Amino acid sequence: MSPEREVILSLRGVTKEYYGVRAIEDITFDIHKGEIHGIVGENGAGKSTLIKTIAGAIEINGGEIYYKNEKLVCKSPQDAIEKGIGVVYQEFNLFPNLSVYENIFFGVQLKKNGFLDHKAMIKKSEEILHELGFDFDVRSRVSTLSPALQQATEIAKCINHRVELMIMDEPSAPLTEHEVEKMFKLVRKLNESGITIIYISHKLSEILDLTDRISVLRDGHYITCFNTKDVGENDLIRNMVGREIDDIYPAKEYSEKEVVLECKHLSSSKVHDVSFTLRKGEVLGFGGLVGAGRTETMRLLFGADKKDGGTIVMHGKEVTINSPADAVKNGIGLIPEDRKSHGLVLNKDIFLNSILPSITDYSKAGFINFAKASKDVGEYYDRLKVKARGQKHICLNLSGGNQQKVVLEKWLLKDCEVLILDEPTRGIDVGTKQEIYQLIKDLAISGKAIIVISSEMPELIGVSHRILVMHDGCITGELTGDDISQEAIMTLAS
Amino acid sequence: MKNKINIKSFLGKYAIYFVLIFEIIFFSLTSEYFLSAKNLMNILRQVSIVGIMAAGMTYVILTGGVDLSVGGTTACVGVICAKAMLSGLHPVLAILLSLAFAALVGFVNAFFTHEFKLNAMIVTLATLQILKGISYIVTGAIPIYGFTSSFKVIGQGYFLGVPIPIIIMFVIYIIDYIVLKYTSFGQSLYAIGGNEEAVRLTGINVRKRRYMAYIMCSVIVGIAGIVLLSRVNTAQPSAGFGYEMDVIAGSVLGGISMSGGEGKITGVFAGVLVMAVLSNGMLMLDVSEYWQWVAKGAVMLAAISYDRILKKGKI
Repeated sequence: MSPEREVILSLRGVTKEYYGVRAIEDITFDIHKGEIHGIVGENGAGKSTLIKTIAGAIEINGGEIYYKNEKLVCKSPQDAIEKGIGVVYQEFNLFPNLSVYENIFFGVQLKKNGFLDHKAMIKKSEEILHELGFDFDVRSRVSTLSPALQQATEIAKCINHRVELMIMDEPSAPLTEHEVEKMFKLVRKLNESGITIIYISHKLSEILDLTDRISVLRDGHYITCFNTKDVGENDLIRNMVGREIDDIYPAKEYSEKEVVLECKHLSSSKVHDVSFTLRKGEVLGFGGLVGAGRTETMRLLFGADKKDGGTIVMHGKEVTINSPADAVKNGIGLIPEDRKSHGLVLNKDIFLNSILPSITDYSKAGFINFAKASKDVGEYYDRLKVKARGQKHICLNLSGGNQQKVVLEKWLLKDCEVLILDEPTRGIDVGTKQEIYQLIKDLAISGKAIIVISSEMPELIGVSHRILVMHDGCITGELTGDDISQEAIMTLAS
Repeated sequence: MKNKINIKSFLGKYAIYFVLIFEIIFFSLTSEYFLSAKNLMNILRQVSIVGIMAAGMTYVILTGGVDLSVGGTTACVGVICAKAMLSGLHPVLAILLSLAFAALVGFVNAFFTHEFKLNAMIVTLATLQILKGISYIVTGAIPIYGFTSSFKVIGQGYFLGVPIPIIIMFVIYIIDYIVLKYTSFGQSLYAIGGNEEAVRLTGINVRKRRYMAYIMCSVIVGIAGIVLLSRVNTAQPSAGFGYEMDVIAGSVLGGISMSGGEGKITGVFAGVLVMAVLSNGMLMLDVSEYWQWVAKGAVMLAAISYDRILKKGKI
């Protein structure tokens, strides 16, 4: 800590309660002007709540926030951005149906003779984006843009509002590796131009690479602050979880068993002639870059999208899978990549979400056997250590990791033979990740056949017995045993 | 602090019941006739048609859809049943025939909504036009009457001193309550309204459930059509026209979310009662019909805003 440095933002005993549950408690720390300040913590540690309190998205129950030595009271995110605090949220806060420049100028539209001056706004938007290193049509609708360009739009919006403090919540999550590098450069450039940055990420390597100081949150409490140059990944993890985590990937055990599933020549507009087999007790990894067709392949297998060709064979017999209902009937479960729009009914409780795949199994003459269902849900609820106020807790109010546990729970309850996990740990903290890896291993040992898609290579290598790499909708190679390495995957993936 | 939140959520949860109680107290104090057993029974009988229709519509609204064709279905079911009886068919068979027609209407609504991913409001607006046309074509725009006296029982009869339409309404609400709360069908409707794609990806057959929701809606609305026919003992080609708005108003007042997935059948009943008590009370106070419209609209705005303010921040 260098006390002589100017403080731009100061939190003093900030507390926020949601319906009697303390999301953050007595948080006190300072952000120095001109620094890149990382914030790390497990799911539910209170990172998102913390940002929202600063950005004016939620009211605090106790404590005070000072911004540039004045007490900060933001009534809304718009209010915050006008004061110079901009947030690049994990799920972007843009109007998808408006164009890029309309978003950039939202709230500060340029006018000429009382009418909107579209020409000037377009020109200015182009300039800002060009300065940031992006050249694309600013008249395009935001909904048609890739996540990287949407993020650029968010950042441009902050620049246009002349923010002095920019908060970035998991900015690398939706980006490809190449885009992440570009974003890093951009963040450093913005920082050099005098913008203070709060950077939140689950990826510790990013935090260590980018920041000047790092704050650690755990269970809603402020644990400590490190100077980045004095700290290593293990120190951070220890402080985040409050215990030692040695090796987050459990040892693999596998002996070759019979083939459960065979996909032959699966094809669609994005998947070209994909064939593979899956054995009992095996964890088959799918590697490749974002957009390589891995998710699309799984959606074909699961019947979520219509296939143009190909057959699916289970236990040596061809099966017809034209809908997710067919897939589930044949013992296949899918944990989708996008848990918020595909994995959960967010405004419903844990119980209903958990029993959805098996709702007819729990019903007799159409009536749900609530006693039995609730008992079984409770069993997995305990086993997966879901942190919530019971089965009636609405999924919307759960942290990302706990939401993912509910998605896992519903498929465990269904007891599928083949389980497909698409990016199972995206946006999830280290502690929960480890639990999920252990679960994958346990399931494989108990004889399930598992497919894992992951863009995080250490994870893919850590959990898989065998890895198929895809590129441009085709399988470009298979890696087993000692052949598996990051380099080998990268070579096949590009 | 915690206490305050609880009171707030309590007030929000039961907002519609407070409105109802307030109305009853207000009219009891201002009109001497209002709080009599006869008048209360009268209110229930008046509400029975719209009440039954709202019970049906709830299935569709829960899935995130809406059925604007219910007024047309009521009229069509009435005239078809009437025609069938006059042509010599036994009343029971005539009722079954007309309800089968209602089921067909539900099927058509679901077909266009689900298969072509069309907006339910537009689809059912179109079928409403068709049904209106059909009921005029079938009757030749002339009211049909002259049914056997036994048919009158459904709309005009009493059982243990209670008008039969009221009994039918309560039976339907009890069935709705059970279906929505305790069956896998009912619970999946809530889930579908919340996030249809997520439900599809759990292997639940969304198509089948949507068809069932629309068909159940139309058949229950058809029952309302039969009750109405029997009560006025005449098949009017325009019977039930315009009821869709009363039905939607009642459902929304009762806390059913038009975007689907939220709301309870008990709330729907309270919602339609709020509107019925208001009409009845104002009639007792000799308020002109035009002012009644103004008052109804105002109460609706007030009730839904109150609900929204109290629930703010919840979702």
